[in-house]
Amino acid sequence: MLVTENERLEHDIGVWIERFGKDRSGLIPVLQEIQRKYHRISEHAMQVVADRLGIHPVEVFSVVSFYSFLDHRPKGKFVIRLCRTISCDMAGKSRVAAQLRSDLGIQFGQTTPDGKFSLEWANCLGMCDQGPALLVNDQVYTRVTPAAVHEIIEACRRTFGVYALEAKHEEGHA
Amino acid sequence: MITPNHKAPLTFAAIPADEGLHKALQKTRADLIAEVTASQLKGRGGAGFPTGVKWNLAAAAAGEQKFVVCNADEGEPGTFKDRVILSEHADLVFEGMTIGGYAIGAARGILYLRGEYTYLRDHLEGVLADRRKKGLLGQDVGGKSGFQFDIEIRMGSGAYVCGEETALIESLEGHRGEPRNRPPFPVDTGFLGNPTIVNNVETFAWVTAICVRGAEWFKGIGTPRSAGLKILSVSGDCRQPGIYEFPLGITIEKLLEACGGQGAKAVQIGGASGQCIPASEFHRAIAFEDVATGGSVIVFGPQRDMLAVARNFLEFFTEESCGQCVPCREGNPKLLEGVELLEHGRCSMRYLHELCALGETMQVASKCGLGQSAPNAFLSIVKHFKDELMGRTEAH
Repeated sequence: MLVTENERLEHDIGVWIERFGKDRSGLIPVLQEIQRKYHRISEHAMQVVADRLGIHPVEVFSVVSFYSFLDHRPKGKFVIRLCRTISCDMAGKSRVAAQLRSDLGIQFGQTTPDGKFSLEWANCLGMCDQGPALLVNDQVYTRVTPAAVHEIIEACRRTFGVYALEAKHEEGHA
Repeated sequence: MITPNHKAPLTFAAIPADEGLHKALQKTRADLIAEVTASQLKGRGGAGFPTGVKWNLAAAAAGEQKFVVCNADEGEPGTFKDRVILSEHADLVFEGMTIGGYAIGAARGILYLRGEYTYLRDHLEGVLADRRKKGLLGQDVGGKSGFQFDIEIRMGSGAYVCGEETALIESLEGHRGEPRNRPPFPVDTGFLGNPTIVNNVETFAWVTAICVRGAEWFKGIGTPRSAGLKILSVSGDCRQPGIYEFPLGITIEKLLEACGGQGAKAVQIGGASGQCIPASEFHRAIAFEDVATGGSVIVFGPQRDMLAVARNFLEFFTEESCGQCVPCREGNPKLLEGVELLEHGRCSMRYLHELCALGETMQVASKCGLGQSAPNAFLSIVKHFKDELMGRTEAH
């Protein structure tokens, strides 16, 4: 039987609400799970969550729009967040930023057309003693140099598409 | 690759596991709170509220359910000591929360971990699972019959303002992280309207240390008004950035010697919400009665453009203001525009004075600590570096 994306989303939301509780304090953990799995919190997702928790969808939207790690627009599979706060700024974040723009071919705030990478600014990542720092999803990279940007992106690329097959193939022979 | 970046082990490394909790459980609640009060421990997150007083208020507050919240939403620019404490001494933090639970009569603890530290979550869940196995969480904690306590981890989602305790509680309740009016304080009306203590990661770890070594030990370190040791996060223009532990009352000069930051032209103490101290005032002490800090120390070398520093901080606050109250929401972008005028050498002294008056208005009229402290960096940079800021030509 064909399960549409919406049905799967509704099922997942049901599971998460069971886990985090049906009251309002479970809202943010549920939204965090949706963001993690679907890389966005769509209007439909917000409506479903609102129905299940018995609150108005605009309440859900107000929360989604407040937190910088939640977004209703589609995000890439890999969200790269470069720290722009003072210590990383002094450690040379601007050159890392320039290289990220060049290597990904997008500006900050944009997602690559293939939906794989989003590039964003972050405020203080708490790596001030070893900047410039960036996050790729949950993973931290510190002391990033402009030259290191390529390898960080390649490490992500090796997990999908034809490169992932190649990597698997090589592993099989190793 | 994250490196530990501290040479000497912290005092926490010498605190034996579980001893503090066992000693605490042998005391009555009142005696335990009296001990924490006697140590004169003040909140290590930056605000410096006496921990014992806070606990006493929560213990005395009426409420069937009470909560212990650990604020691990370490978002202050230049602060990373909580990350190190949670990476290396998570047990002491959870132990301190359990002691807090016993003291105020709470059964639930929540660690609010900032979203940027998600990679620490598995480690922390592992530590919690071990503690449950050892009987240090759950029913009859530490063999004390009838004392039930457990801790869950909740993640933040990238909002600096959630480090403010009432905004943190709003976030835990599933709302936008907008600070509440205080009073009422969380010790009366906290999480879901129940009495709640919100303490910083480092504060809880010190509570455990105090329970092991005694209030007198802690009180004997530091200055009369700022007891104990403080963990500082040092970054910026110095040879050895990283984590340092010093008794409160240490002068900025000595700290700079220790981290190899001699020759600095200014130091930002307390992060974006703190103040900028010029070289002429390096004799001042890091303590609640002089220059207070949650732990952030950012060193600016002689080559740094202080206007660029002011711009970075104001961009930060413009982005992170929750937008709830006017002075903060409108004030920060206005100050940032002022920095742009200064950059182009088009700001009159009269207008600069108006901007400073606006900053002072923000300090008194903003609703929460974020808004009240947002103009601090700008005001202190203007005060000490006017010559450097004024009269720029486009080519600067």
